[in-house]
Amino acid sequence: MTNVNLTLNGKAVSADVPDNTLLVSFIRETMALTGTHVGCDTSQCGACVVHVNGESVKSCTMLAVAAEGAEVTTIEGIGSAESLHPMQQAFHENHGLQCGFCTPGMVMSAIELVEKNPNPSEQDVREGLEGNICRCTGYHNIVKSVQAGAQKMGG
Amino acid sequence: MYQTNYVKAASTDEAVGHMSSGGQLLAGGMTLIPTMKQRLASPETVVDLAGCGLSGIEDTGDAIRIGAMTRHVDVAESAVVQGAIPALAALAGGIGDRQVRNRGTIGGSVANNDPSACYPAAVLGLGGTVHTNKRDIAADDFFTGMFETALDEDEMITAVSFPKVAKAAYLKFPNPASRYAMVGVFVAAGGDGTRVAVTGAGSDGVFRHGGMESALDGDFSASALDGVAVDSSDLIGDIHAAPDYRAHLVREMAKRAVDAC
Amino acid sequence: MPEGSTKDGIGASVRRKEDKRFLTGSGRYTADISRHGQLHVHFIRSDHAHANIKSIRTDAAAKADGVVAIYTGEDVAADGIGGPICGWVVTNRDGSPTNEPPHPILANGSVRYVGDHVVAVIAETLQQARDAAELVEIDYEVLAPVVDLASASEGVQIHENVPNNMYFDFELGDEAAAEAALAEAATVVELEVRNNRLVPNAMEPRAAVAEYDPVDEAYTLFTTSQNPHLTRLVIGAFMLSIPESKFRVVAPDVGGGFGSKIYVYPEEAVCTWASKKLQRPIKWTADRSESFLADAHGRDHINKVRMALDANNRITGLRVDSLANIGSYLSAFSVVTPTILHAPLLSGCYQIPAIYTNVKGMATTTAPVDAYRGAGRPEATYLLERVMDAAARQVGMDPAEFRRMNFIPKDAFPYQTPVALQYDIGDYEAPLDKALEMIDYKGFEARRAEAAKRGKYRGIGLSSYIEACGIAPSAVAGALGSRVGLYESATVRVDPTGTINVMTGTHSHGQGHDTTFAQIVADKLGVDVGQVQIIHGDSDKTPFGMGSYGSRSLAVGGSAIAKAVDKVIDKAKIIAAHLMEAADSDVVFADGKFTVAGTDTEKGFGEIALAAYVPHNYPHDRLEPGLEETAFYDPLNFTYPSGTHIAEVEIDPATGVVQLVDWACCDDFGNLINPMIVEGQVHGGIAQGVGQALMENAAYDENGQLITASYMDYCMPRADDLPDFKVDYTVTACTHNDLGVKGCGEAGAIASPPALINAVIDALSPLGVTDMSMPASPEKVWRAINEAGKAQAAE
Repeated sequence: MTNVNLTLNGKAVSADVPDNTLLVSFIRETMALTGTHVGCDTSQCGACVVHVNGESVKSCTMLAVAAEGAEVTTIEGIGSAESLHPMQQAFHENHGLQCGFCTPGMVMSAIELVEKNPNPSEQDVREGLEGNICRCTGYHNIVKSVQAGAQKMGG
Repeated sequence: MYQTNYVKAASTDEAVGHMSSGGQLLAGGMTLIPTMKQRLASPETVVDLAGCGLSGIEDTGDAIRIGAMTRHVDVAESAVVQGAIPALAALAGGIGDRQVRNRGTIGGSVANNDPSACYPAAVLGLGGTVHTNKRDIAADDFFTGMFETALDEDEMITAVSFPKVAKAAYLKFPNPASRYAMVGVFVAAGGDGTRVAVTGAGSDGVFRHGGMESALDGDFSASALDGVAVDSSDLIGDIHAAPDYRAHLVREMAKRAVDAC
Repeated sequence: MPEGSTKDGIGASVRRKEDKRFLTGSGRYTADISRHGQLHVHFIRSDHAHANIKSIRTDAAAKADGVVAIYTGEDVAADGIGGPICGWVVTNRDGSPTNEPPHPILANGSVRYVGDHVVAVIAETLQQARDAAELVEIDYEVLAPVVDLASASEGVQIHENVPNNMYFDFELGDEAAAEAALAEAATVVELEVRNNRLVPNAMEPRAAVAEYDPVDEAYTLFTTSQNPHLTRLVIGAFMLSIPESKFRVVAPDVGGGFGSKIYVYPEEAVCTWASKKLQRPIKWTADRSESFLADAHGRDHINKVRMALDANNRITGLRVDSLANIGSYLSAFSVVTPTILHAPLLSGCYQIPAIYTNVKGMATTTAPVDAYRGAGRPEATYLLERVMDAAARQVGMDPAEFRRMNFIPKDAFPYQTPVALQYDIGDYEAPLDKALEMIDYKGFEARRAEAAKRGKYRGIGLSSYIEACGIAPSAVAGALGSRVGLYESATVRVDPTGTINVMTGTHSHGQGHDTTFAQIVADKLGVDVGQVQIIHGDSDKTPFGMGSYGSRSLAVGGSAIAKAVDKVIDKAKIIAAHLMEAADSDVVFADGKFTVAGTDTEKGFGEIALAAYVPHNYPHDRLEPGLEETAFYDPLNFTYPSGTHIAEVEIDPATGVVQLVDWACCDDFGNLINPMIVEGQVHGGIAQGVGQALMENAAYDENGQLITASYMDYCMPRADDLPDFKVDYTVTACTHNDLGVKGCGEAGAIASPPALINAVIDALSPLGVTDMSMPASPEKVWRAINEAGKAQAAE
């Protein structure tokens, strides 16, 4: 057991967890924020993507104890139902989601992608989402969403 | 995942101390954590190197020295690397996906020596030097087999140096499922001649291809590789590529790398 | 993206009502649900494809920290627990029934695939359950596996009551007529194709949380299901003997299904069973690795095809002999998928006077195989559209023109095929022409020449498909072996304030029912779409319904909703007539208002709703108070979506990589309720078809080990594998449902694989290549190019 202290969606949190606790388990189980999902066990699907100190990481491939002192942001921390983040809004307007399971990770990846490349081409978006698998949409509308989200974030 | 104890080392010496009592080093964790999740590794202690101050990129004149804990994203985006050895920055920018690059480190990749990893091709292709807490190891002596290196049990990588070369390029044919290198070829031409390093294909991990190196020393052009035989007998065969197809891709990626130089 | 109209009724691309909860992380999937005091179960699965269990030693594990119970097949048998049933069986050629072996929820005596459920370890935490599982010792007597489909009949017998490893031997059509057509043909085209095995891979792994209330003696099961009522019926009535009234099944937000979440699986039954035994809630969540091993797989056919053409290149006959890999046990729809959902589709869009097919369903020691997006229809379309291209090539015709001349003409409907179906309506030339135009078919040869200058082989491939959706009259299904009805249900409950709750028996796991169904109701009642709430997925809240699969939700479920709304309107009109002191027949309902014809007297829908619940001035002699109606809709026929998809590819001869460079499709889904959602369904379907054609393959080794058991080896399409898709529609409205809708969920997955493979073959045809199997992986394509080159050099 180790006492983990970090900032989760802007709030200081603290909990004693076994050392082998993954960051995603800390978020989902210890902190009961279930918007971050687990879709595979080989670090590929990207459903668990969150931001750690502003960068996208797969929270299934990081120990919670290694996030000591970090600022962790999940899908719950970027916008609200009343005030969606521009990227969330873009996914809504462009039908960039169907079953919704990959969506939180997809949105978190997309936000970082746009923060690094504010005006991505279609190809930039397709390559930039390499770490996120969606089975529903065929990615067509996700790509449109990310490009629209980029415009909104820039504006 | 089995139970484990986590310690965060504050220095290289502390980390090495933990190693001697059976600690497993944790760099970016991009391989170790998935392996532990599958219960294929059960270290009693994992030793996080994030606090050891091993991150950073330095231009040392005729080489670029990259600290072991420097992440792929930092190498990919480094103006120093992009200016001095653009092929190295491009290679780092093509490893895994965005999230892997945000966590994965050069030291972890090189120490693990996964036969499908990209970095070993750069270390061997550029004739780099692996710096450890004990010594400097030339690339040609470092990679000793699949997932095996010259590192002693109490030895850890602190940095990797890459000599600046006249021209270099890395071409990867990704495994369509995992996106790891199914074949990756690093070609570098410098003062000591041409080096061609192949990853993803060899049963013993990364290797240099002497036939292609001599062909390119004679004539640094893609067409010079047309007649060079690539022996498939030591290459990996799996459901994605049989050895003969991999052998073909080795030459094809090498040609494309030469063209890209 | 279609922008739709400014109103939000039928035909408008209304943005989805369900999006916000998913976008903000507020979705509630089964794995997100935790119950106070819950235990966790971990399943020990067979490492062997085929083995007898000699002994299981659990004593050490039972003593491990946190372990509460360990169950084996013997415990299941002792409690008299049944297995999941097969929901639809067929009659064999010789009149005998399908051979149905038992399927215990924990293996009893034998294991029959890698991943088979052997032991359930239940502990306070998942970590403890997994740790303890390593202490369980299982001694196996390893038996010979049966992996290869083609030789499965010669393998060691897997089930006592399945001789020759053949579950069924089905036929349809007129064998003599088909053979006569082949004997008299000017041209016979022969082809053998393999429909590769796939793993559905919904992004949400399966999960279950079960709890038992000892006071009410009632169970609640939260599970990842496409059809919670069916799950309740099967587990309750056939497996655990729970009265349905004491069993609530909830399928909350479900992260994709694609067929794989239709079936009842052992895990959810074990959780339910154990929740009573232990008097604690039990939770299980699959790892992706478990999903690969133990979710029902899809496809896996070998089809031998012979097509007869006359001297004018008109198709005169077709014979298809198929082997279908059903796997180790009969999953719910495993029998109907390669038979009833497959054989009747063999006429495609074409006039084929004589058709005969035989399908043998084979047992192998691999995971159960069942319906996966399209279910039988992709396999039929693949073989038919492949042989159409082969035939066109053989007789030297343009593949588009060869299709056109053999299409059922649009004035021939209703059209009776020789394989049981009667198509109600269609126009196959219209989408063909539109798709050809969208992709600039005429300009293709110039693009091919331009690509050749860059050293690339460019190819174009078509697929004109038909599918049968919205299954179908229950009576017909029953006569064909279905053990369930295939109607759908809806309750429309108008609140006193005029807001509306719709309880549907279908289930949404990505399809956007919250929005599409609300649009139907909003349109018919003239209210805002925001006033309509769709409720699904909870057996306590919704009327008994059959769930969502087979592109049925709109055509059948939507029709039930429309019917219930019509009943509401009929009742409301009588109330309105009473309030306005008019004759019923003089009351007109439009745009949310009841008016007396020829006057300016009117009542709003909300006023009528209030009157129904505050019935002070009310026609009590004629009506009961309240405004709530339930309807069950049993369709009169299948619906028949159709269309043409065209793929354009470029192949790099040096690597064998196939790049998909363009896609155009034109589908006829009948009327569209929400074009934006329909387009999304088409995109997703195409992507899964592209996956099948170029990337995905579930491969077992000779020992029956699944070697593509994670995303490291099973190749899932990613964003950079796919292009933008050009999507358009033509419309012939379905004639037998009021909405005129046909269904759209599976079309992309049905149409796309043959289009792609035809494009790959077309690209390589200048080299003499005439065949390519799925997936057309780089290595396979590189070899085809190499071998063609060697053959050409030898000539």
